[in-house]
Amino acid sequence: MKIRSITPLAAVLAALFALPAQAQTEITWWHSMGGALGEWVNDLAKDFNASQKDYKVVPTFKGSYPESMTAAVAAFRAGNAPVVLQVFEVGTATMMASKGAIKPVAEVMKESGLKFDPTTYVSAVAGYYTAPNGQMLSMPFNSSTTIFYYNKDAFKAAGLDPEKAPSTWPEVALAAAKLKASGHKCPFSTSWQSWTQLESFSAWHNVEFATKKNGFGGMDTRLAFNSPLHVRHIENLANMSKNGLFVYKGRNNTADATFPSGECAMLTGSSGLYGAVKANAKFAYGMAPLPYYPDVTGAPQNTVIGGASLWVMAGKKAEEYKGAAAFFNHLSSPEVQAASHQRTGYLPITTAAFKLTDSSGFYKKFPGTDVAPNQMIRKATDKSRGIRLGNFVQIRTIIDEEMEQVWGGKKTAKEGLDEAVKRGNEQLEKFQKANKG
Amino acid sequence: MVERRPWLSFLSHAVLIIGVLIVAFPVYITFVASTHTAQAIVQAPMPLLPGDRMMQNYSAVLTGAERGPGSGAPVAQMMWVSLVSALVISVGKIAISLLSAFAIVYFRFPFRMFFFWAIFVTLMLPVEVRIFPTYKVVSDLGMLNSYAGLTIPLIASATATFLFRQFFMTVPDELVEAARVDGAGPMRFFKDVLLPLSSTSIAALFVIQFIYGWNQYLWPLLVTTDENMYPVVIGIKRMISGGDSAQQWNLVMATAMLAMIPPALVVMLMQKWFVKGLVDTEK
Amino acid sequence: MATEKRVVFRSGWLPWALLAPQVAVIGVFFFWPAAQALLQSIQQQDAFGTSTEWVGLDNFRALMNDSSYLGSFKTTAVFSLLVAVIGLAVSLMLAVFADRVIKGALAYKTLLIWPYAVAPAVAGVLWLFMFAPSIGVVSFWLRAAGFEWNHLLNGNHAMALVVMAAVWKQISYNFLFFLAGLQSIPKSLIEAAAIDGASPWRRFWTIVFPLLSPTTFFLLVINIVYAFLDTFGIIDASTEGGPGKETTVLVYKLYYDGFKALDLGGSAAQSVVLMVILITLTVVQFRYIERRVNY
Repeated sequence: MKIRSITPLAAVLAALFALPAQAQTEITWWHSMGGALGEWVNDLAKDFNASQKDYKVVPTFKGSYPESMTAAVAAFRAGNAPVVLQVFEVGTATMMASKGAIKPVAEVMKESGLKFDPTTYVSAVAGYYTAPNGQMLSMPFNSSTTIFYYNKDAFKAAGLDPEKAPSTWPEVALAAAKLKASGHKCPFSTSWQSWTQLESFSAWHNVEFATKKNGFGGMDTRLAFNSPLHVRHIENLANMSKNGLFVYKGRNNTADATFPSGECAMLTGSSGLYGAVKANAKFAYGMAPLPYYPDVTGAPQNTVIGGASLWVMAGKKAEEYKGAAAFFNHLSSPEVQAASHQRTGYLPITTAAFKLTDSSGFYKKFPGTDVAPNQMIRKATDKSRGIRLGNFVQIRTIIDEEMEQVWGGKKTAKEGLDEAVKRGNEQLEKFQKANKG
Repeated sequence: MVERRPWLSFLSHAVLIIGVLIVAFPVYITFVASTHTAQAIVQAPMPLLPGDRMMQNYSAVLTGAERGPGSGAPVAQMMWVSLVSALVISVGKIAISLLSAFAIVYFRFPFRMFFFWAIFVTLMLPVEVRIFPTYKVVSDLGMLNSYAGLTIPLIASATATFLFRQFFMTVPDELVEAARVDGAGPMRFFKDVLLPLSSTSIAALFVIQFIYGWNQYLWPLLVTTDENMYPVVIGIKRMISGGDSAQQWNLVMATAMLAMIPPALVVMLMQKWFVKGLVDTEK
Repeated sequence: MATEKRVVFRSGWLPWALLAPQVAVIGVFFFWPAAQALLQSIQQQDAFGTSTEWVGLDNFRALMNDSSYLGSFKTTAVFSLLVAVIGLAVSLMLAVFADRVIKGALAYKTLLIWPYAVAPAVAGVLWLFMFAPSIGVVSFWLRAAGFEWNHLLNGNHAMALVVMAAVWKQISYNFLFFLAGLQSIPKSLIEAAAIDGASPWRRFWTIVFPLLSPTTFFLLVINIVYAFLDTFGIIDASTEGGPGKETTVLVYKLYYDGFKALDLGGSAAQSVVLMVILITLTVVQFRYIERRVNY
């Protein structure tokens, strides 16, 4: 008797235990983090999956930023886009302009019923990904900013004080001259020239990079980086280039390798380079805020972020959106944020995470790692919140092309910047026209 | 060769050695880089002689011990996917091209030239341009994340057909007449006469198509979301693109060297086919 | 075409059956997607295709009004000519010599074909290692020899770099096919000429080269197609079309617009233009050069 009644009961119990596993919703997440950062992504997913049973985040590496964007476009057009997609910052306007392709993060969070307070996010970081009306469109994920690296040993050899980083551009020029005099072949170089020397430069000095609040105010924005201040700066760099004080090392971040290898003594680049510097530099190095012009009122304000954010694609099921919201919630918790920040060097996106890291003594243990957050944890102005331009990828390439002509002595700074503005505006017009309807 | 000309032999070797030095230099650099520490490579200029870290680097890559490869599919699994894809693509392409080239050269039928040009035109539009609609077709046919999806769309190109057409045009007509006299039909002729004669072309094409299939990157990236279906080149690329993080170039290069072994083996094996084909035709 | 086979087979259905597999594959996986892709040349869409506008020939007009696009025609012509000529000449020379030697033949041939196996993603990184203007191995030597190599700012250096990188890949490819072609030339012919007293130089030009012409024609067409279409990866990895636009060839802009800029209409329009150029070039080659080929 007993045995016969246990079997159906056991079957029912087994079925009950089996159910939650089958009800687990998969949240597909396409990203472009390779190498050690890929491990970080996988760990984030693993931790989240282990912390609850309803959702399973499945991260997939889909190539570089342009490649994963292409994959997402192809998949979306075929009807099988992922739930979460990592998109680089310059792709923000493209994502927004495709009506019906994305679901704003603020909406996802609201519909999930989870507590979501946009003010806990650092305004200079989250502002980049927020609509003018305050609605957060995408979740900042891996954000870095522009900082200044310098080779302390080279400074000492040139007779400069290694503990005193040049904080203004005139000081940079002087230091470069001394370095050159002491025989250094590459006193100064830069990575991501558009980002460091024009975009972040503008925010740092609280001037516009483009009209209409850098594009946040509407698609009829036009470029403004040929103002006298910008021309003055590029002219300074061009003169430095002519005198061998500034050596151009290529587009994107090909110049990155020149700092840890000791080839270039000063570099303006991403805060994310810290990991490589720490691993490979065989000399004493320092990190400092981006240089500025002291005679400009309002400088230094805050710098502009780079990196990528997480977008939620449209056309997905309600369960998937709930899962995405839960995942974002998990990612934004101070503990997870602080751990990510310390592990990768990317900026903490909430002030709570910054405070947590600070109180744990992390910044004292690794001097220089607080430079980047300090540049960002400030109240941003309309001119420094970020940049929102259509066809931004093309505009950056145009800037690269024109700047190369300037460094090569083929154009003056004014000519180069004017031409870049003119060609860039054509791109903005094209984007405006293509996205009116 | 035919007669003894020592100075010509010397010249031949000299030119070949210089050629090899120039052409194989990048491969040599890959090898050297795979035997050093990451720091050593980054210091300018890179050392030119092999370092002492060969064992550590290669075992780290194969066992996935160090933080280079990134978790996900292990190298062995990716090499397997690459192997199957490369084989299917090369065999598939050669097979259908042999048949098409045979039809076009040895038969007369309406629209013959139209088909030749239709096949030929497939060379003129790079796959990247039509990648979005091709992806949709593959997706609609349910071929995503499968070997079929990885390989069949890539068979649609005309290099092999064109090469075979060139070769078939050089085959003497007497052979066809002789076959006719013997009472052999077209397929008999194809199997017994044409195929053996074509062996050097087939061998050359096999090497090229195998490597082409082996090195595919963009198409597999789009068509697969299951990381177990990733070919080895994606694995290599994944080690490189890490945003701003420090690259472990030595491990990247070690993986690249491993990825080059199967193609090298194919090249060496195919050489034997060359010689065999040569011997056959001398009969 | 003027060149035809004299003797053929007669059959009603067999040729269709033989053609069917290839036609099926290219029908489904080439022509159908290609038609859709080319259709985009008269549309203006956002990246995700959520809104489509029919713009007639606007995309084409925009191209013709873009002076840098017109400039890239010249860049492409220079680039393709250099790549095809150097690629064919060097590999032919290497193949002839490799065919000649007996000692070490396997080693030479393997080492010369093997570089083709380097994955393009890796090759880009390697070129950077070799030519980066101060830390690169090769630029280091050039500098030591007194030559200031800087492909980042010097347009001619940049063009030299991309030509070298493109040719390098093709040398292995051409070498392989030339070798295959050489090895199917009957030795008896060459021996007969040698007995008649012809020098190696003479033998090459009167016997070997003509008999090699089908292969040479094949490689000429393929190399030109390659130079026009398959080189964007190399350019992207080394100069990205720079400095300025000095190494921006037609296919690079096409690829950039289609993938990085996600301007699918513009990129489709460019493919149409490129296709027309290539088909014209190929027809010209078939019409005028093929008649000189010995079958």
